[in-house]
Amino acid sequence: MKTIYFDNNATTKVAEEVLEEMRPLFCELYGNPSSMHTFGGQMSRKIRQAREQVAGLLGCEASEIIFTSGGTESDNTAIKGTLAAVPDKRKIITTRVEHPAVLTVCRELENNGYIVVELAVDKEGQLDLAELENEIDDDTALVTIMYANNETGVIFPIEKIAELVSSKGVVFHTDAVQAIGKIALNLSKSHIDLLSLSAHKVQGPKGVGALYVRKGTRLSPFMLGGHQEGGRRAGTENVPGIVGLGKACELAAKNMEEDNRRVKYLRDKLENAILQKCPDSILNGDKENRLPNTSNISFEYIEGEAILLMLDKYGICASSGSACTSGSLEPSHVLRAMGVPFTAAHGSIRFSLSRYNTEEEVDYTIEKIPPIINRLRELSPFVANK
Amino acid sequence: MWEYTEKLKEHFFNPRNVGEIEDPDGVGEVGSLACGDALKLTFRLDETGRITDAKFKTFGCASAIATSSVLTEMIKGKTIDEAAKVTNKDIADYLGGLPEQKMHCSVMGREALEAAIENYRTGGRKKHELEGKVVCTCFGVTEKEIARVITENNLITVEEVTNYCKAGGGCGGCKGEIEKIIEKVQGEKIKEKLKAAPAKGRKLKNIQKIQLIQQTINEQIRPALRAHGGNIELIDVEGNKVIVAFRGMCAQCRLTEFTMKDVVEARLKEFVCDELFVEEDSDSTQQPHNHRG
Repeated sequence: MKTIYFDNNATTKVAEEVLEEMRPLFCELYGNPSSMHTFGGQMSRKIRQAREQVAGLLGCEASEIIFTSGGTESDNTAIKGTLAAVPDKRKIITTRVEHPAVLTVCRELENNGYIVVELAVDKEGQLDLAELENEIDDDTALVTIMYANNETGVIFPIEKIAELVSSKGVVFHTDAVQAIGKIALNLSKSHIDLLSLSAHKVQGPKGVGALYVRKGTRLSPFMLGGHQEGGRRAGTENVPGIVGLGKACELAAKNMEEDNRRVKYLRDKLENAILQKCPDSILNGDKENRLPNTSNISFEYIEGEAILLMLDKYGICASSGSACTSGSLEPSHVLRAMGVPFTAAHGSIRFSLSRYNTEEEVDYTIEKIPPIINRLRELSPFVANK
Repeated sequence: MWEYTEKLKEHFFNPRNVGEIEDPDGVGEVGSLACGDALKLTFRLDETGRITDAKFKTFGCASAIATSSVLTEMIKGKTIDEAAKVTNKDIADYLGGLPEQKMHCSVMGREALEAAIENYRTGGRKKHELEGKVVCTCFGVTEKEIARVITENNLITVEEVTNYCKAGGGCGGCKGEIEKIIEKVQGEKIKEKLKAAPAKGRKLKNIQKIQLIQQTINEQIRPALRAHGGNIELIDVEGNKVIVAFRGMCAQCRLTEFTMKDVVEARLKEFVCDELFVEEDSDSTQQPHNHRG
């Protein structure tokens, strides 16, 4: 059975071109960049090139990039490193819809005596910037707000937010893991101080990412024990991963516009057909300000995990904000923050596309979904009662 | 991805006995949309008092649907007394086992069966109701129900209780209470395991007291408030006076019926020391949305 992969916000296929760049770095060119011999030393050049490729996509200087083990480490480093650098301030402002790599870190800090403000979102998943402005005070050490939401694809007006935060003299971090390769950035012209990204969301390998640290931003190192990355992130470099990330960024910069156009066409076709063919289905999140590849749809009165298993039978991969899929007992914190009713939150399905999806796959999925939804509704005690 | 048995998957993809019996002899309805799963079970008896037909309708994940399907198969042909003996473990075993975190599906099946039998025995008058004190307000689980899953499945940790009946799986504010129920039911068996809660009863140095207060707020109080859109901040400790501020409470918060201060104070007395009393920070009492008095 063919796999139809609509779960690209979870992770993506590694591009062939990326793998080709990485391949020699395991068994042939395996040296340590810190070594004094040429064999190892030549690896530094590879890393330098990757750093330039990442900087090229972000529109910043190569020296502003720190390689990490991924989005989660970048977020942890940005938040804890900033707080450690400004020990006299105790307040952090974030949002209720952040990825756990930010939200859990903030809540843990709250337990250690920091004041954490989690900004609410409206039913579209958007923030009230006046509320943000109100909350920023002299005690605020950091504002951390994601660029685009992983579950709904909703994009926050990050440039505007960064400008506002920076005008108050506060450090601004954004988790841009889902935005990279989908939203064009020019950090040299932006007020963003810190930005997290991950390779495996943009056709790169898992286990590698980067943190952009704007020149002049004070940040205490999070990983200690070596001089690598200019003393800002200790540990022998993941050379194949870093080279893979570099290549993935180069490809993203080259293909972004064309991919976005094509992916959006496919996403819209899938989304419109589902909403039209399935009664009591609702689109979650701001329709306009949204990543071109993401669609989060709630099917009322049925449960997401059951839908996913039925889709899985046809080789269709998606994900859900239902309680059952996460192993927790409550549905997605993002959908709850948006006030999506329980009737819909438990039955939410996220489709996230990539450049590798085809129109044929979309058509096949459009054909398979309505009978699955009808079948599960026949089982549901809440449908007969209507 | 969950590790489901082949039998479970087979029942999910081909559920038996879907629907509702018209004019049934017994009806059992448990769960709700908010909880994420719900089951309506109906059955009919023949002249000899055996269940001749049983049907279900289920809202929920694959294991909830499969559990309901096997439940209808299991009870067909049984007398009411025989059916009443079916436990959640029987249902899980029939499926060849369930993932630990899905055990609550088997408990939901047993609850629906019990509710239907009760409905039959009271001549169709009685509907399923919660009995006794509700411990977990997020999922509406009573002390009685919690004690029962502990006994029937020999549970010794809060996490297990959550897996079996969902209690404690929402805001987590009732975990302390669940620990006490486990202790009551299992007695000496788990005395050793219950050292998670902060120790009480010794003379505390100031710095220890403050740390324990912060820990108690973090672990025992904040999760419950957060789940209802609120928050609490420890402002200062002066002798036995604990000064706190409430943040972001919402009007529809279910905990408004309590005085927040009493909840906070009760937990602090319980986990830190009896002499403590709580006051709200004077700055935050001027805000209109606090829950004073």
